[in-house]
Amino acid sequence: MSLHERPAHAPVGEAIPHESAALHVTGHALYTDDLGVRLAGLLHAWPVQSPHAHARVTGLDTMPALDVQGVVRVLSAADVPGVNDAGVKGDEPLFPSEVMYHGHPVCWVLGDSEDAARLGAAAVKVTFEPLQSLITVREAIDARAFQGAQSTLRRGDVAVGFAQAAHTFEGEFDIGGQEHFYLETHAALAHVDEAGQVFIHSSTQHPSETQEITAHVLGLPSSAVTVQCLRMGGGFGGKEMQPHGYAAIAALGATLTGRPVRLRLNRTLDLTLTGKRHPFHAVWKAGFDAEGRFTALQVTLTSDGGWSLDLSEPVMARALCHLDNAYFIPHVEAHGRIAHTNKTSQTAFRGFGGPQGMLVVEDILGRVAPLLGLDAHELRARNFYRPGEATPYGQSVRHAERLHDLWAQLLERSDFHTRRAEVAAFNAAHPHRKRGLSVTPVKFGIAFNFTAYNQAGALVHVYKDGSVLINHGGTEMGQGLHTKMIQVAATALGVPLSSVRLAPTRTDKVPNTSATAASSGADLNGGAVKDACDQIRARLSEVAAGTLGVHPDDVRFEAGHVFPIGHPERGMDFAALVHDAYHRRTPLWAAGFYRTPGLHWDRVAMQGEPFKYFSYGASVSEVEVDGFTGAYRVRRADLLHDVGDSLSPLIDLGQVEGGFLQGAGWLTLEELRWDESSGEGRGRLQTRSASTYKLPSFSELPDVFNVALLERATETGVVYGSKAVGEPPLMLAISVREALREACAAFGPGGRSTLLGSPATPEAVYWALDLARTGAEVAADD
Amino acid sequence: MENVTITVNGAPRRAGAAVNTTVLEWLRAEGLTGCKEGCAEGECGACAVLVARDDGRGNTRLDSVNACLLTLAALDGGEIVTSEGLGSPQHLHPAQREMAVRGGSQCGYCTPGFVVSMAAEYYRADREAGQHGAPNGFDIHALSGNLCRCTGYRPIQDAAHALGTPEDGDPLASRRSQPAPAVATTHVKAADGEFHRPATLRETLDLLAAHPHAKVLAGGTDWNVDVNLRHARADVVVAVDHLPELRRFEVTDDAVLLGAGLSLSELERRLGGRVPLLAAWFPQFASRLIRNSATLGGNLGTASPIGDSPPVLLALDASVLLVGPDGGREVALSEYFTGYRQTVRQAGELIAAVRVSRPLAPLTAFHKIAKRRFDDISSVAVGYALDVQGGVVTHARIGLGGVAATPLRAHEAEAALEGQPWTEATVRRAARILGRTGTPLSDHRASAAYRAAMLEQSLLKFWFDSSEVTA
Repeated sequence: MSLHERPAHAPVGEAIPHESAALHVTGHALYTDDLGVRLAGLLHAWPVQSPHAHARVTGLDTMPALDVQGVVRVLSAADVPGVNDAGVKGDEPLFPSEVMYHGHPVCWVLGDSEDAARLGAAAVKVTFEPLQSLITVREAIDARAFQGAQSTLRRGDVAVGFAQAAHTFEGEFDIGGQEHFYLETHAALAHVDEAGQVFIHSSTQHPSETQEITAHVLGLPSSAVTVQCLRMGGGFGGKEMQPHGYAAIAALGATLTGRPVRLRLNRTLDLTLTGKRHPFHAVWKAGFDAEGRFTALQVTLTSDGGWSLDLSEPVMARALCHLDNAYFIPHVEAHGRIAHTNKTSQTAFRGFGGPQGMLVVEDILGRVAPLLGLDAHELRARNFYRPGEATPYGQSVRHAERLHDLWAQLLERSDFHTRRAEVAAFNAAHPHRKRGLSVTPVKFGIAFNFTAYNQAGALVHVYKDGSVLINHGGTEMGQGLHTKMIQVAATALGVPLSSVRLAPTRTDKVPNTSATAASSGADLNGGAVKDACDQIRARLSEVAAGTLGVHPDDVRFEAGHVFPIGHPERGMDFAALVHDAYHRRTPLWAAGFYRTPGLHWDRVAMQGEPFKYFSYGASVSEVEVDGFTGAYRVRRADLLHDVGDSLSPLIDLGQVEGGFLQGAGWLTLEELRWDESSGEGRGRLQTRSASTYKLPSFSELPDVFNVALLERATETGVVYGSKAVGEPPLMLAISVREALREACAAFGPGGRSTLLGSPATPEAVYWALDLARTGAEVAADD
Repeated sequence: MENVTITVNGAPRRAGAAVNTTVLEWLRAEGLTGCKEGCAEGECGACAVLVARDDGRGNTRLDSVNACLLTLAALDGGEIVTSEGLGSPQHLHPAQREMAVRGGSQCGYCTPGFVVSMAAEYYRADREAGQHGAPNGFDIHALSGNLCRCTGYRPIQDAAHALGTPEDGDPLASRRSQPAPAVATTHVKAADGEFHRPATLRETLDLLAAHPHAKVLAGGTDWNVDVNLRHARADVVVAVDHLPELRRFEVTDDAVLLGAGLSLSELERRLGGRVPLLAAWFPQFASRLIRNSATLGGNLGTASPIGDSPPVLLALDASVLLVGPDGGREVALSEYFTGYRQTVRQAGELIAAVRVSRPLAPLTAFHKIAKRRFDDISSVAVGYALDVQGGVVTHARIGLGGVAATPLRAHEAEAALEGQPWTEATVRRAARILGRTGTPLSDHRASAAYRAAMLEQSLLKFWFDSSEVTA
């Protein structure tokens, strides 16, 4: 069978609850910080933080901390036996001599209690020489302060495209960042085993990199460091690069004191120390022909990378590769650059630049539709890719017809055209409340842009009693990866789900793993788990063939029963076969491996086939806006999304819904505010707590929420015909923002462009509708 | 040193309470790690636990509260239930089962807290089919103080709406028909200070006289945020919310008296809609988890300019009853605030109650301008109470929050309404005046311009909403 084919009665495709659901709901599921209480002699770590956005450390006196009762040690640069750096680019000193953002830890205090460590940190005396700081993207642009490579994605000649245009528009757009706000903050717990092995529990999406960075900080080979991740209380990209330094601090403390060290950021520390979604600034010029089809798009994207490079380069690459979203644009010139600012180091976040890139083109279409005299949904559909067309980076848009089909299905299911008329009637009758109804598409490329990451390993054991233990390189952060992997293993081995147990992710079981990121966890690890299971099953087939007297190809494995094809009554139990195989000295375990075939990417020329396939989706949102305050609610949302043939429909539905609401949070509610003044607090994050940084709550759940997965959507060449699901649904939320734009516009006479800030908070919506009401013309058509 | 006793999941546990330790910290140190810290300020609900409390009829009510905002020593003699106590992986509680099978948990970190909030509503004694628009009467606002970053809430809502009624023999349902534990008189001397829950008001006032800097503790929903996030520490804490003098609740023809030590949920239940402005206001005050602990005394005692109770209480012409060593006094709320977080209350004085005079003005509204509809802090809050007789405004009170260093009465806008015909022209004129009231600031919640615009728009909204109703 090829990778995508499913046997009959397969456990993949069954709608089952999360494998840990019973542990979750009873509080029995353990997270990194639940483990420390079980260890004797535990130490707690607390940072000494910079009160400046940018300053040189001119003096550090840690002695006063040691006078605080319960303080055991202060960790600083002199303690590092290896390399004093926690990044992968060499620009993230673990103990900096120059602090680069407000809150940047200078050193860490270890205490018998968190209280002692905290008091110790307050006692440490640091002197600083403040330096000039850059806080906003625009300040960095003015100062020409950029970091990393600048890249350009180009197709055709925009001059030609603009010459062909009947309408040309220009604009500027600021996109806000987003805090991950995983409910579980960063945590690491380290202790030293016998023979000096450093063992670290870490809430990490990338255990191998946590291991590598800890090893180089400690000056140890990777083989001396083991990282385990039981599960995370949410990751969303925020635990891809960010956990390493905290794991390294805990490990350093454990090696120096001989005691276990716990480092857990409380919410304020997590908000002030760790990276977030990149804010973006875009300047654009777009040309359209008389029918509203793009002729050219010229864009300069500047992301706010924060103080270190982190993942900003690949984030920008993905942003540039998603500027087109679902639209064919013949002439494209898109520049990307990364601002260097004195803020947290912005990092991976669900969508990884894709959302920002897509938002730019969707914002353009939303703004210009009234000026082109077209309904926005019509303008969007007119520009869709058609089969045979390619993206600006040269990848053919496979299954472009799927987008057209999905769009038509969704308009039908959501009763879009009837409701447009109802919204218009409502708006005509209500001067102080207006509704908006919008539909937007998603096309999202799946695979890591960094080709080497597209590999995975797994380790599958079958024990003599027929029970199965699987281990793979992916981490569980709530996305249901482990559930899917159990389903894959049960399907591949033909055993019931109850026979398969999954062991926690550990670097000494499966080495050199990639981050669980880029939505690729199930594609990659599923391929590796299936490979390992297939190897074992092939060996078992040989054994069974002998016993059953048939050819090995004609042995069937189904629900724990092994039988000759067509003769289930002549079969035997899987456990009996395994027992038999053991006695015939058959290896009952296997290491599996998977590499995504067919990828290539020239990151300088920005050309190639970086993606295995595209995920498609579309959403319709209806909102109602109060004209007095700008407050709004989502009355209804209809989502239709393509996950191929779902491995686990309950899990995938949860990913689609959760992604949508998280996207809606980014676009409408969540607002990061830094002190941009020249005062003492310059560079300080003002929204540093759950009371000031608001994420969606029950009030953001649409009144009516219809979510469906596209049917008959087998994706060939992917494990059991499924598609990735983690990131793409986040961008379905763009329809909420576009519906808000339409509702704002309805307060005015129409036919004009409506500008809307991002996030579209009630305040931003109020200013947009107030402008529509009072009637200032904004975007000009030359 | 073991000095308090708390019953957890049916079994008593002795604890050496430090004065600044929260129930969340203690539970986790005890190995009950199902109780999670997500924010440590009562915003996320991941640490929710059930507390057994007297329901006013000699039986027990199970209230959900945030363990991160509950001072451990204040729970001496008390009884709580955690997610571990509701059920086990082998024997799931109905709330746990519905959450599990419907995909209500993804990462699982917020889940125990959701389950606890859900269980509180499951055991609500007066829950009846059809209430709150739900077949099983489940009020989804019971979950407004729980945040989930993974699911999008839909499966959690489905789980809540799928809950039936407790079966015969359900131990917690049976627990409700037994008396709640009596509130213990407590005196804890710990390494970091002293905690007192004195038996009488007299003793309380004496303690406050002896320790002028003592922290007065009621629900703890404000103080423990400082303890957790800003590492605030108190040497002496005096709990007052149990004192009978602070738990009065009286409704007469002339006035409504609201005890300063009663939780907002308790006030909401006991008032039962008899003060419509307060009925409109309660659900907008934080979340159910907070309202189950927070008190009017606390909200007025901290005197934050963005506290949500002052705008409505100012509109209601409320007064504050203070009690001190020299007896009691009554101060109009409009005279109570003197500066940023400063009031006329003297050291050693306690807020005993809030008095609202009757009859009430018939035309009222509470407008809260915030980023999020549920559980957010106001950028601007406005309370209205008007009387219109024969088409003329005879009485106007407007209370404001978020536009100055203290909560304010909008005297000029009130004057622009009183004696004038209740017409759009009057309202527009008064709204322009209201828009110029106070000295709003720009901060992370809103810009000064938006705050000013919202004052003006608020009165227009009030007019159009009320004329829609009367039309």
